[in-house]
Order: sequence, then C-alpha cells, then structure tokens
Amino acid sequence: MSIIITSAAVLGGMGLAFGVILSYAAKKFYVEQDPRLVAISDALPNANCGGCGYPGCANFAQAILDGAAPPEGCPLGGMEVAAAIGAILGVEVKQTVRQVAFVRCAGGQSKSTFLYDYDGMNNCTAAMQLVAGGAKACTYGCLGGGSCFVACEFDAVIMEDGIAKIDNEKCVACGKCIPVCPKNLIKMVPHDSNVRVACNSNDNGKTVRGCCKVGCIACRMCQRTCEFAAINVFDLLAEVDYKKCTDCGDCVAKCPPKSIIWRNHENNAEKPPEKGEKTENTEKGEKVGV
Amino acid sequence: MSMVFLVFMSSVFVNNFVLSQFLGLCPFFGVSRKIETAVGMGAAVTFVLVLAAAACFVVFNFVLMPLEITFLSNIVFILIIASIVQLVEVYLKKASPTLYRSLGIFLPLITTNCIVIGAVIINTDRFTEDFVLSIVHAAGAAIGFTLAIVLLASIREKIEYCNIPAPFKGFPIALISTGLMAIAFMGFSGLISL
Repeated sequence: MSIIITSAAVLGGMGLAFGVILSYAAKKFYVEQDPRLVAISDALPNANCGGCGYPGCANFAQAILDGAAPPEGCPLGGMEVAAAIGAILGVEVKQTVRQVAFVRCAGGQSKSTFLYDYDGMNNCTAAMQLVAGGAKACTYGCLGGGSCFVACEFDAVIMEDGIAKIDNEKCVACGKCIPVCPKNLIKMVPHDSNVRVACNSNDNGKTVRGCCKVGCIACRMCQRTCEFAAINVFDLLAEVDYKKCTDCGDCVAKCPPKSIIWRNHENNAEKPPEKGEKTENTEKGEKVGV
Repeated sequence: MSMVFLVFMSSVFVNNFVLSQFLGLCPFFGVSRKIETAVGMGAAVTFVLVLAAAACFVVFNFVLMPLEITFLSNIVFILIIASIVQLVEVYLKKASPTLYRSLGIFLPLITTNCIVIGAVIINTDRFTEDFVLSIVHAAGAAIGFTLAIVLLASIREKIEYCNIPAPFKGFPIALISTGLMAIAFMGFSGLISL
C-alpha cells in the first residue's frame, strides 16, 4: 500500500514541479509578437495548403509582414482575405484573377480505347510504370488512378467515368494536384473562363482518332473560327489565350471531336451561346481501333 | 580515464544507436535529406540528450533508488525528457532566436526520439552510480546519431543526382543505403567489449 502512495506522490509531485517550472519559464521567457502578425494570421484561412509557396499560413503571415510576399498571395482566400490583410497593413492590394486547376482530358472510359485491363493499385504513377505508359491507348490521357483525387484536400477532384475532373467552385488553386499527375495533365486556368481545351495529346489526328473519341485532332477548325485569334494550334494541340478569349463559345460549337468544352464539366448547366449551331457530326469519325 | 574513452568510443562506433541498435530511425530518415538540417538535428539531439541524462541520473539515484520505486523509471524519464525539451524550447526562443529558428522544428521531434529514452534507460542499467560515465555514454550516443545522420544525408544528397529506378526513389533507396551503412558499421563489432 505504502508503495502505491509513494509512487503516486513522487510522480504527482514531479509532474506538479515540472508544471510550475514550465509555466514560470513560459512567463519569464515570453516573447512579444508583432500584433499585426497575429492579426494577419487570424485573417488567413489557416488551411496550411501551401498554395502560396510557403510551408504554412504562419510562415506566409511572417513573409507578408516582412514584405517578402504580396498580401494577395493567398490563392485560397482570394480578394476578401487580401483586402483584410491590406486593411491591417494599410496597403493597397492588387486585383487578382482567381485561378482554378483543370484536367486537360475528357477521354473517359466510355470514350477512349484501352490496350489492356489495369488491375493494380489506384495510383497513377504506378499505373504509368507498366507497358506503354498505362492501359490507355492514348499516351497523353488521364489514367484515372486518382492520384490527384488523393492529393486534393478540398474535395475538389471528382472521379467520373474513369477520369479526374475538378470542381470549378471547390478548387482553391493550391496546386497540390499538379505535381502528382505523371501525365502533367493539370494546368491552371482562370476561374471565370468558359472555354477550355480538354485534351493534352500532341499526336496527329489519325492517331488521336484511333484511341479517343474526344481528343484534339489538330484540324485547326477552332483557329479558323475564332474572330479574336484567341485559340491556336501548337504542336498539334489547341491552346486558348485567355487574355484574348471573349468567351463567345464559337470554337466550342465548331470543334469536330468536341474536345474544346464549355466550362469544366460537360453537363454543366451553362451552355455556350446559341449562335454557334452544331454543324459537325461527331459520330462520323468514331472509327475506334482495336 | 581509459574507461571514459572506451565508453565513448563504444557508444559512438561499436554500439552506434542508429546503425547497430536501430533506435531513432524516425528522425534518422525524416530529416536526412540535407546535410544542414541533419547537422541541426544532430546538434539538437546532443544538447537535449546530455541534459536529459544528467537530470535522469539525479532523479533516478536520489529519488527513485532511495524510495525503492525504480519500476517507475520509464514513465519518470519520459516526464523529465518532455519537460526538458519544453523548457529548452521556451528558453531558446527568448535567449537565442537564431538558434531557435535553426533547431526550432527539431526540438519537439526529440521528445519522441527513442535514442533519448534508450540512452537514459541503458545508463540506469550499466552505469548506475557513475555520473561521468552516464554523461559520456549519453554524449557518445548523440554524437553517434549525429555521425550516422550526417553520413546518410551526404549519401542521399549524392543519390539525388543518380539515375535510380522510379520504385526505389526516396525512402526505399535511403533504407537500402542505411542497411549497407549498418553492414559497414558491423566491422566495429567486437572492437571494444564492455
């Protein structure tokens, strides 16, 4: 019995002693912080996503205070947070365009050809190690392993029809999905842009036709259609210049394989303006090989 | 005096805590990407371990032994180590912000570093009533850890430039390197037997 009491007394006594010492030390060695640093930290979302390029919100707050980072540098907070930080520091903040990540592939399972069945782990890097860089006949397309789905901390990535799609509203442009994609499919685009090229293939039209129903065949129809020279084909792939694009939607309507899409999701409620009527028949080129 | 030297050499090389006793592997892999951070971690471990060994020696010999409650040693040591790490952190923040920033992230990690508690427990077994040998053994353990982590960091910095097959990149190749280092350190075994 006495040993129990001794043990409890010693352990409790030591715990108490250390507690007192530590609380005394915390008072004695208290370091005063700049009140602005605390205010900036409170204004930030504190999601610690790393989208600003700093290891966490605390480091970013310090960098803003030191003048090393711009107040509008938080991709997650956007203009609201930038304005709040600007008010704390008494500086003007620049208007920034909100960016979102976008997966440049629309060739889901139902639309593309597969060379073999992949039955491995759900990881794109693993899937790409196999023969021909993955099971898909298209060597540029989304493997649907879900690496970006796992990387996203904001539930913005949706796996649909065997490929990844990013929710335009949920995406905060932290950029975590970009390096995990072994096919380099994910790029940043302006949040408000409607015209997006959902293909990454630099193959020629014949090869693309052979493996995907919605791949860019580099026919240059969009280039000819665009009145503003905002969409051009480089390296057999259409590319939108968002500085020139006026969101008229002509190229979306004219694109023969429908690889230029309106907004992020094909079934998005918003549709391109009616003036560009559907002229090309996509069924014609559906000679899917194998 | 020769005993002090032998204990030191034994804990640095022959019974290297990382490479022959496999303690402290978590920080060993976690912070061995760069030599700079590896040196920082090694310095932090050395600092904390020597302090912890001294404090634990005093508590073990003058509190636990006389009261015959040595079975409490493990839990008491954990308490002491955690408190010392906290205290050092708070003190460094005030006294030397530069040192705090360079060691900052490593200090809380050391609380759960099994080298610290491992060295202290071995001290109570082997060097029960010898303060000098306890401290020397603890310092040797920490220096052995520093040596191993700096060596691995140097190897990993070089390996970054090599053409490693993708499945072996990162931790797998680090584990293989560690295995080879451990084999090399086996050459010291039997050199000193205490």
